[in-house]
Amino acid sequence: MTAQIQIKNLHKYFEKLEVLKGINLEVHKGEVVCLIGPSGSGKSTLLRCINRLEDPTSGEIIVDDVKITDSSVNMNNVRRHIGMVFQQFNLFPHLTVKENISMAPLELKLKTKAEADDKAVELLKRVGLLEKIDVMPRQLSGGQQQRVAIARALAMEPDIMLFDEPTSALDPEMVGEVLAVMKELAAMGMTMVVVTHEMGFAKDAADRVLFMDEGIIMEEATPEEMFSNPKNPRTIEFLNKVLSTK
Amino acid sequence: MNLGKVFGETYELLFQGLQVTIQVTVLSLLIAFVLGLITSLLGFSKTPLRWISKGYVWLVRGTPIMVQVFYIYFALPQLLQALGYDVRLTSFMAGLITLTLNAGAYMSEIFRGAILAVNSGQMEAARSLGLSKGQAMRKVVLPQAIRICLPSLVNQFIITLKDSSIISVIGLTDIMYQAKIYVGRSMESFATYTWVAVFYLVIITILTQIAKRVEKKVMI
Repeated sequence: MTAQIQIKNLHKYFEKLEVLKGINLEVHKGEVVCLIGPSGSGKSTLLRCINRLEDPTSGEIIVDDVKITDSSVNMNNVRRHIGMVFQQFNLFPHLTVKENISMAPLELKLKTKAEADDKAVELLKRVGLLEKIDVMPRQLSGGQQQRVAIARALAMEPDIMLFDEPTSALDPEMVGEVLAVMKELAAMGMTMVVVTHEMGFAKDAADRVLFMDEGIIMEEATPEEMFSNPKNPRTIEFLNKVLSTK
Repeated sequence: MNLGKVFGETYELLFQGLQVTIQVTVLSLLIAFVLGLITSLLGFSKTPLRWISKGYVWLVRGTPIMVQVFYIYFALPQLLQALGYDVRLTSFMAGLITLTLNAGAYMSEIFRGAILAVNSGQMEAARSLGLSKGQAMRKVVLPQAIRICLPSLVNQFIITLKDSSIISVIGLTDIMYQAKIYVGRSMESFATYTWVAVFYLVIITILTQIAKRVEKKVMI
């Protein structure tokens, strides 16, 4: 079986700075891959290349058998199948929770108003926020906003979900509620690529953990191996730092 | 200083003039809103179209409105006639065009600033859902930008309302024009211009109050 996401020799420059230095990665359907590593290592850039929020400088990315690095590909269609959750939530502040969730399916004419409303109700039940359906985002806590943002992405019925440090902007007591939603999603078989500093989540939910540093995937292992028996000295140094502060 | 007597003699004239002032202002603002929006969006385009946008704003900002109105009323028709087109503008048309082009350029800058003020994550979130650039602009960025620039837009409305008094120099029969005619006959400068100022003050105060309410309603 070919992988759902295939990345071949991906390079990305910002001006003269090389942020990604030849990334090769395959993610299979239903797999949960966590990207860990120090800030500035290129994790977020790699993630943002998968739905082309960043344009790769060179290399190939194939998602669901579509070579999305071709300039002829309509990225709007590709992005419908790739949900993304951002560190800063990025909910639409002028729309209610329901409108945030139903706006894109309605605007893209994928659903009728009634279908979109039903879907919003179903998704809000799933993330445990049905009672907030008609409130504005600013009236929600950070954790609630992020759960709505996950529901918004799921409303497009994606088969891949990208998470860009989804809990980094949250107060500590709200991290758990967001991770719980993500774990449920992983258990349901969603293909997920997660940039995270939550080593606990990586341990519990990931099928594979990748350690990135200086634009390279330095080490790749199952969570058990990565956290109990890391091999690369950079990985050991990084894990020592982040795990000792807990 | 004959305030009472002058009011009695002029209020009909001044109200007539005020109607013209309001007509030309409202019409020009409506067109300028659309023109300004299109101009600001063109300014973000990566095609050469953006130079049209920038050139237009440069031209309007770099010349006084008095020069603009003379240019449109006197200079352009002469040029067009020399080229064989018999174009004559009424003072109302010339005034409308001048105020529209003027307000359009300033509004485009207001919109530009407001669009830039919307967090870039908003555009990214909308694009990540599969919306095109245009759809994301229309559904996500512009609704927020309009709210951000509402106070500046109201300010521009007021400026255009007041600038319309300049159009009286080409014979637009607005409130200022009527006042000048009356003063020419009666020599009652103080009383007449006092009433003109009061008329403007009242209109602008009402406008400001309405704007405040709207602002409160749509703030997010």
